[in-house]
Amino acid sequence: MYQYYAKWIREGKLKVNSDWNKDLKIKFTVQDPCQIVRKSYGDVVADDLRYVVKSIVGEENFIDMTPNKSNNYCCGGGGGALQAGYKEQRLQYGLVKDKQIKATGADYCIAACHNCHSQIHELSKYYKGNYSVVHLWTLLCLSLGILGENERAYLGDDLREVAVYGA
Amino acid sequence: MAEEAIKLGGKRKSIFIDKVKKLLPEGGNLNLCLTCGACSSGCPATGLENMDPRKFLRMAALGLDEELTSTPWIWMCTMCYRCVYACPMKIDIPALVYAARASWPREKRPKGLVGSCDMALRNMSRSAMGTPPEDFAFVVGDVLEEYREAQPEFKDMKAPIDKKGAHFFLNQNSREPVTEPDEMVPLWKILHIVGADWTYGSKGWAAENYCMFLADDDSWKKIVETSIKAAKELECKVFLNTE
Repeated sequence: MYQYYAKWIREGKLKVNSDWNKDLKIKFTVQDPCQIVRKSYGDVVADDLRYVVKSIVGEENFIDMTPNKSNNYCCGGGGGALQAGYKEQRLQYGLVKDKQIKATGADYCIAACHNCHSQIHELSKYYKGNYSVVHLWTLLCLSLGILGENERAYLGDDLREVAVYGA
Repeated sequence: MAEEAIKLGGKRKSIFIDKVKKLLPEGGNLNLCLTCGACSSGCPATGLENMDPRKFLRMAALGLDEELTSTPWIWMCTMCYRCVYACPMKIDIPALVYAARASWPREKRPKGLVGSCDMALRNMSRSAMGTPPEDFAFVVGDVLEEYREAQPEFKDMKAPIDKKGAHFFLNQNSREPVTEPDEMVPLWKILHIVGADWTYGSKGWAAENYCMFLADDDSWKKIVETSIKAAKELECKVFLNTE
């Protein structure tokens, strides 16, 4: 999906911009999903993912985790862990990811993978990270000015009323 | 004073590592370990259940099959492949973990995984939440109608199911249609704006595959086959995984 997002932005079919965040300066980091980056397409797709993210939040508002791309740490939500029942261990596993996200100081972690999304959402609550977790599609639509008020389940209060479509 | 060396008695009893080697190209490099520990130092599962990737592999090399195939650590490792990426010898430790999962009797494997896999086998949606095709179609139609009416710019937006000849066959994680249907909409909008020709399938629309995590190969295959067959029957060109 990321490759298509990137392609459509490059081709001018998705006219995204980061003006909405010029003054807000809300900071974002991104989780590289293991399955898509390390295990399937490699850093090429991680670069596409960053191109998309920077296009919609502004280059100066993107902060990468360390390490990242193919060398990124798994969040702990994959491999069936979310349903395997070892919750305590899963959260212990995710401590590495939580620290990595906190070190960026970002307000949001973009997780364009369902397993990552669920796990990081839980990590933020459990370790009191105060960072929100969003799908990429939410931010794409926000930057296109077409995100309605009912499509903001994962946006924090800071973005609840920004560029609401139809308002 | 040096302690007395431990003597290993009898014949080498390992069969587990040999079985796994046979399954993998180059034997998964399972006998190339330099014991450097690069795998374990970058593994978030290191320390859980007093286990780590290097230890797991060394235990396999030593033929400690019973310990390998009984530790619950294999369900905590996410098989993320960071250990392979970090390994100078590219040793496929996750494949060893997967084989250990598969060695458990199905009924002893984690209940949540067994349940999610069994749900997916119930009907042709292949959804881990058991959602039948007609329920999926209803939710998609209902949400689409609501947004077409409420948001004029999207009055022509489509969310087709089983559209023959569509370019993209898009799958969908069950979580959205079942628990938060509004979350399906942003992606529909993006596809609408770029003019993408896409479709869901009434069969095999669900993106998740818990049978794979369960290490139930036959069911894993069945689920993948349902989706691929659906995409082929609809003559779609691209199988598009959702976010």
